[in-house]
Amino acid sequence: MISTDILIIGAGPTGLFTVFEAGLLKLKCHLIDALPQPGGQCSEIYPKKPIYDIPAYPEILAGDLTEKLLEQCKQFEPGFTLGERAETINKQEDGMFVVTTNKGTKHLAPVVAIAGGLGSFEPRKPLIDNIGNFEDKGVEYIIKDPEIYRNKRVVIAGGGDSALDWSIFLANVASSVTLVHRRNEFRGHLDSVEKVQELKNSGKISLITPAEITVINGSDNVESVEVTKKDEQPVIVKTDHFIPLFGLSPKLGPIANWGLEIEKNAIKVNNALDYQTNIPGIFAIGDVNTYPGKLKLILCGFHEATLMCQAAYQIINPGKKYVLKYTTVSGVHGFDGTSKTAPKAVVKKID
Amino acid sequence: MEESQDVKITIIDRDGVSHNVDAPIDMAMNLMEVVRVYELAPEGTIGICGGMAMCASCQCYVISDHELPEMQDDEEAMLSEAFYVKDNSRLGCQIQIIPDMEGLEVELAPES
Repeated sequence: MISTDILIIGAGPTGLFTVFEAGLLKLKCHLIDALPQPGGQCSEIYPKKPIYDIPAYPEILAGDLTEKLLEQCKQFEPGFTLGERAETINKQEDGMFVVTTNKGTKHLAPVVAIAGGLGSFEPRKPLIDNIGNFEDKGVEYIIKDPEIYRNKRVVIAGGGDSALDWSIFLANVASSVTLVHRRNEFRGHLDSVEKVQELKNSGKISLITPAEITVINGSDNVESVEVTKKDEQPVIVKTDHFIPLFGLSPKLGPIANWGLEIEKNAIKVNNALDYQTNIPGIFAIGDVNTYPGKLKLILCGFHEATLMCQAAYQIINPGKKYVLKYTTVSGVHGFDGTSKTAPKAVVKKID
Repeated sequence: MEESQDVKITIIDRDGVSHNVDAPIDMAMNLMEVVRVYELAPEGTIGICGGMAMCASCQCYVISDHELPEMQDDEEAMLSEAFYVKDNSRLGCQIQIIPDMEGLEVELAPES
């Protein structure tokens, strides 16, 4: 069981800044995120796109913002459970929450902060009737362990970076790789497109474009797929695995069943005070919450995180007196033993 | 007489219900934003990427024969990976509301 002060669900910008604000109050944080890396949408959807409304940054790339936030909160040693989705929450008799992920990892905390953005990112599944019957029986939407494809036949569908990158990688692992895309053009990095072209020329990847997978065949596991080109008869390609890589889309998911008040796909919170939900001890901050006048902006998430930490402090340290400290005055004292403090003013006598 | 700052647009929502709405031409709005302003699709199911042509949640079918701005590479690439795509598919976030849009009729594609 992982134990912490504030359990943050969602490692996007709001969740990461919470670690810093909580750290100033000597509260430890642990983050859960369904994605394999921190940063949320900023890392997953648009890392190379600029943001212009982060205070004091006239322009910053979304990926760089994630890097800066990680650097800023580093000394408060956040824990991470990545690549796992928060599935259930239980309040124990002593008031502590237990949050369990889809992989069974358990987390214990007196305060839970949901900073889940638009929800957890789930793979977008192609519209093939019986695809559900083959999930984990040859159909995988996310490649977790490339070794399972060793010396197997693989069909990949998609036209973005992940389809290209995995085709390249698996060309040296699988016994055969077939890449199917609806267009002749690919959306990925130029390097990747060129590499796939090279592998196609040398016969290491067979490329079928413009085409789509229309049918999956197999008695139990995947045995073949039908590849259809526009206005042509489908071609059967024998394969052991079919990997559709059509990107991820966020879904509120299991959080919707936690007994929280939901409105317009967002969690209602008390914005007059501390962004607490209808369940005491559970807060919702950033894009995942809603209240009158809500704006889904990163900078609003930062503000909400800051106020939420004050309320968390009161829950964790009931009745304890607290006064706001400025970092310039008090410095930042990490849990890792490091300290940052403003240099003292030089006082010198003039004779 | 003051010039009108709105165009009339017909949007068929995902349940097949038709809505005639006034879309402002002086707010630099795109079609996806008009759908959100009038709440014709639930929050969180449209405009997920914010309008960067990176998610296809605002895909729509253009029913009227309006001449729309030509598709840019990023929109074309996104649509080539989206589902339920038809010949008249466009991304709402890439269609700016301008006076030429008067009478435009579109249908929202299913959520995916």
